[in-house]
Amino acid sequence: MGKKLLAALGQTLLVLLVVSVVSFGFLKLAPGDPVALMLGSDYSRESYDKLYADLGLDRPLPAQYLQWLGRFVQGDWGTSYVSHQDIFQQAVLQALPVTLALAALSLALALAVGIPLGVLAAVRRNSWLDMAASAVAVGGNAFPSFYLGVVLIWIFGVSLGWFPTMGFVAPWQDLGAGLWHLALPAVTLGAWYVGLIAAVTRSSLLEVLEQPYMAAARARGEPGWRVIWVHGMRNVLMPLVTVIGLQLGGMLRGAVMTEVVFTLPGLGMMITSAVQGREYIVVQAGIMITALLFIVVNFLVDQTYAVLDPRLRQHGR
Amino acid sequence: MAADSAFAAAPAGRLARLGRQLLGQRKAVFGLAVVLAFVLAALFAPWLAPYPPTEQNFADAMQGPSAAHWLGTDSFGQDIYSRLLYGARSALWVGFASVALGLAGGVALGLLAGLRGGRSEWALMRVVDGLLAFPELIMAMAFMAIFGLGLSNVVYALGLSFVGPFARMVRADVLQVKSRPYVEAARLMGVPERDIVARHILPNIASPILIQAGMRVSIAILLGSGLSFLGLGVVPPTPDWGLMISEGRGFITMAPWMSGVPGLALALLLVGLNLFAEGLRDALDPRLRKD
Repeated sequence: MGKKLLAALGQTLLVLLVVSVVSFGFLKLAPGDPVALMLGSDYSRESYDKLYADLGLDRPLPAQYLQWLGRFVQGDWGTSYVSHQDIFQQAVLQALPVTLALAALSLALALAVGIPLGVLAAVRRNSWLDMAASAVAVGGNAFPSFYLGVVLIWIFGVSLGWFPTMGFVAPWQDLGAGLWHLALPAVTLGAWYVGLIAAVTRSSLLEVLEQPYMAAARARGEPGWRVIWVHGMRNVLMPLVTVIGLQLGGMLRGAVMTEVVFTLPGLGMMITSAVQGREYIVVQAGIMITALLFIVVNFLVDQTYAVLDPRLRQHGR
Repeated sequence: MAADSAFAAAPAGRLARLGRQLLGQRKAVFGLAVVLAFVLAALFAPWLAPYPPTEQNFADAMQGPSAAHWLGTDSFGQDIYSRLLYGARSALWVGFASVALGLAGGVALGLLAGLRGGRSEWALMRVVDGLLAFPELIMAMAFMAIFGLGLSNVVYALGLSFVGPFARMVRADVLQVKSRPYVEAARLMGVPERDIVARHILPNIASPILIQAGMRVSIAILLGSGLSFLGLGVVPPTPDWGLMISEGRGFITMAPWMSGVPGLALALLLVGLNLFAEGLRDALDPRLRKD
């Protein structure tokens, strides 16, 4: 287990290296002169040359890369040309928690709706409920989240006035107001997941239902709900974790769109406005941080397998 | 996960059987019909559209559906029905062209990695792993940031972001197929490497590649219109569904059809594509068929 974990960590470090080179390359490829951007419209030759040297731009590319990486690792991500804010602060301390809160709430919502739906569909196989669940799966997966967001704002935000249509209140500061503000965005992003989770729950539960130990549990006189939710769900967890891990890209894609629709100040909003404002250094921070997020979650998903499936634990390679 | 069965027969019989299997499924037929309807709309847009898609007529702005404007007009007085038809062109083009591009790059990289083995494979796959760490949308956004807006850049950006996923899958399939006895036999018989790839390896990994490509098209269309929605795709006044939804979102209470028409069209096309792709998967790989 320890050795395996170490190998996985080594692999991850290599991926991180590639990611950092690509991110650095992005900044080098970005059009425009960063020095001129930072200095604004009015500057002298001397101040230009001084900043040029300060930024290390007169040095060869590998040296620039190392300098950039060193600063990046230390949390020195530079300052925004527009807001003159520290970018690390902006990206990691302000934007990231918003995206994480949105993603977590959406996932929780999708699990809370999707799992019972999938279980019902499996238990009442081929009933109208089963059909409805699979229709939700196909429709929810295809309905573009940004349009769903627009519709939800229209119905529940503007017409009924039940929920705010924009803005963010941190749930860890004011839980009630936070959840109220995140409700529509979480439904928008979670809807995409519900069908998927229901479908996976249904198909893996159907497989388990035929297993002899399920019949045995029933024969012992265990109540029906216990057989399904305790013995059955144990085997649904693994495929569920896999799907959640595999669909991480979809989750991030949806989060970017949802944040822009609801003007939530998360990573997606940050990257989008940075691209529009040609603030490449902020875009780069956004790229780096989403890639890191992706790597960390994938790593965690891989490690979860070992916890969920004892068979994977025994091989101490 | 290479399905030998579907591609073992002679090409003509193989295609006919695939067609029969596809048409035997209600889901796939429905999906195909929807996609075909959009393809026809896109192809014949110049004949079907009552107005030029970018003709602005401020006197008629934001009108509801009427005899003159079947699906209403937007805030510039542009005819939404005409823009919808032309928008199908850009949506389908983005979907198929970017997947084709990603497929070309991914198959080349995956084949190279899978066939070479050893150190170059290892290095190549670490690069692919690194690329895979960037979510498609973020990668496409970064590409648009560097190279600028426009339809062709959307295609390039999405194509590039699909190279990683395709490469990883192709490599895994190649590794599986290349150790099969018939490939070893061909190699021992002195068949040149090029012919081994063309005759023995590629045909046997074609099914899983096709299945993946089918699933990707709808993702590509979603991403493409998403980019335009974010203002990072095509530039106005190009008729594009993502752009239309974005423009209509400010007028949702006054003119819900402005975003509703392109939004529902996009959803319908994606449902059609997904159903067709599922049918294709079931027809090509019987083992994946759901109950």
